[in-house]
Amino acid sequence: MARFIVRRVLGMAVVLFAISVLVFLIFNVIPNGDPALRIAGRHPTKGQLEAIRSQWGFDQPVYVQYGKTMQQIFSGELVSYSTQVNVIDEIKNDIPRTFALAIGAAIMWMAFATALGLYTAMKAGKFSDRFLTVLALIGISMPVFWIGALMNYYLGFKWKIFPNGGYVEFTKSPVDWFYHLIMPWTALSLLFIGVYSRILRSNVLDTINDDYVRTARAKGLSERQVMLKHVLRNSMIPIISLWGLDFGAVLGGGAILTETVFDLQGVGQYAAESIGQLDVPPVMAITIFGAFFIVFLNTVVDIVYAWLDPRIRLT
Amino acid sequence: MATEPATEFALEGPAAFEEEAKRAKVAGLGPWRLALRRLRRNKSALAFGALFLLIVAICLAAPYWADHIAHTDPFKNHLTDRVEVGGETKDVVSPDGAPIGPTWHGRFFLGADTNGRDIAVRLLYGGRTSLEIGIGAALITALLSVIFGVMAGYFRGIADTVISRSLDLIWSFPVVLLGVALGTALALGGLKIGPIEIQGDSKLIPTLIIAVVYIPYMARPIRGQVLGLREKEFVEAARAQGAGPVRIMFTEILPNLSSTIVVFLPLMIANAILLEAALSFLGAGVRPPNPSWGTMIGDGVEKIITAPHLAIVPGLVLVLTVLALNVFGDGVRDALDPRAKLHLEH
Repeated sequence: MARFIVRRVLGMAVVLFAISVLVFLIFNVIPNGDPALRIAGRHPTKGQLEAIRSQWGFDQPVYVQYGKTMQQIFSGELVSYSTQVNVIDEIKNDIPRTFALAIGAAIMWMAFATALGLYTAMKAGKFSDRFLTVLALIGISMPVFWIGALMNYYLGFKWKIFPNGGYVEFTKSPVDWFYHLIMPWTALSLLFIGVYSRILRSNVLDTINDDYVRTARAKGLSERQVMLKHVLRNSMIPIISLWGLDFGAVLGGGAILTETVFDLQGVGQYAAESIGQLDVPPVMAITIFGAFFIVFLNTVVDIVYAWLDPRIRLT
Repeated sequence: MATEPATEFALEGPAAFEEEAKRAKVAGLGPWRLALRRLRRNKSALAFGALFLLIVAICLAAPYWADHIAHTDPFKNHLTDRVEVGGETKDVVSPDGAPIGPTWHGRFFLGADTNGRDIAVRLLYGGRTSLEIGIGAALITALLSVIFGVMAGYFRGIADTVISRSLDLIWSFPVVLLGVALGTALALGGLKIGPIEIQGDSKLIPTLIIAVVYIPYMARPIRGQVLGLREKEFVEAARAQGAGPVRIMFTEILPNLSSTIVVFLPLMIANAILLEAALSFLGAGVRPPNPSWGTMIGDGVEKIITAPHLAIVPGLVLVLTVLALNVFGDGVRDALDPRAKLHLEH
């Protein structure tokens, strides 16, 4: 087990390194992407540009620039090209918002998907099953920023049921914090509820005819106990691993659209704004930050799986 | 697969004799014919498949609608024009900037946007763009996934390590973040691959980005399947006959992957259309003023308070298209994978 974990953690470091190189190259190899032009503002003279280039180190070889940027990321001194604000401080400021969105949404989609998946499986073939399955498919087919914008407009702006975007610190007012996050949580959850409930439904239908379920029934357990303790528990295993992966993906930039639509000012929105301005340092930092969560939760899921099922380590 | 005809046509009632005769015939059908039969019985999948084809056909007719019914093109502003609606003459865009809503007549059938452009016309042309990008990206993803997946699975060793690690790398990127970063970067300078040069505002750029981003999702399962196939007796037999790796890949392995590819395609198109919309919404997909469903939703969201129909209309069409592809794709999967079909029929 220890060897397996060490191998996975080393692999994680390699992937993160490769990702940082790739992002740096994407923004540094493209033509017309000269950052000196953006720092200098309008109508710079040649001399000004030269000065900026040597001051920021743009005249040095790419690998030196890369090394410098990485060093700044880890020492917390990275500075944005366009606003000249410290990037790491900005990200630290945004992280709680992204976490609040991701954690709340993850709980929400898991709860609703479990209920929906179990219910549709038990009603399989009936009208309510078909109706809810269609709803789940619609949830999968909707762009999150579209349904988010409509919710914002109708529920927030027009009917004033929920606040129209924005974020309130939890420490300031927990009630307002919750109230402001209900719509973003819902919008982000819809897709995952659709995906998870469908997987759970087919998993439940898969296990419902297994011998051990028949045994449980034969023992005289109530239908409720059979469903919750025997069927659901086994059907949840693949969903739980998916949950880990998707939670990592949402933390690592998957919420970029939701944050932008609801103006939550999280890490994703910061990334979207920085990319628009071709501001490389924040994009570098956020991509590495995002990839870290994706790779980290991938690794955690793998390790938990290997622990649950020892055969995996051999392959 | 071997027991398939028996489960499909279980004997029931007095028609057993006829069924028996039929079954003898069915046993001779290939897996594709059987899949087609199963698909034909799935009415909702067929209906949604037809709906998708209908949407494609309507979008292809965009120039006809623009020239003969709406008498405009997707870029032309009608800011100062007036149209007649039910006997009244109305501004296309009122002095306070609010565009006209649906007239349900030839001109401005679905209303105008804040630039006085005909939404119906833009929706049709935008649909062409979104569908071109979605279908194009899905086909490229499928092609590259098959190439990488087959190479990694068949050669194993170094080829597998290099390909699988590269796929892991793309997989570890936040999808939308990677797409937006590439989109923004490439839009500035265009893309140059050897002698081929792609302009920054070309539709090919979002197409290629979406294709690349989705490769791991398809290449990984294909690689897994090839790893299993290469150990099968028929591959061994081909090798014993002296067939080289290229020939084995094309004649022995590829035909066995076709059902996987067919299952993936509709779902890939659906995802590609959604990602196009997301990239365009964030300004890194299709370049304005070119219409696509994504850019139209993006424009509409910005102006949702003055004119909510600008966001609602393209969004609904997009959802309907993606939904059609998802339902049809599910049907195709159930038809080609009878085990999955059995799950649904409990």
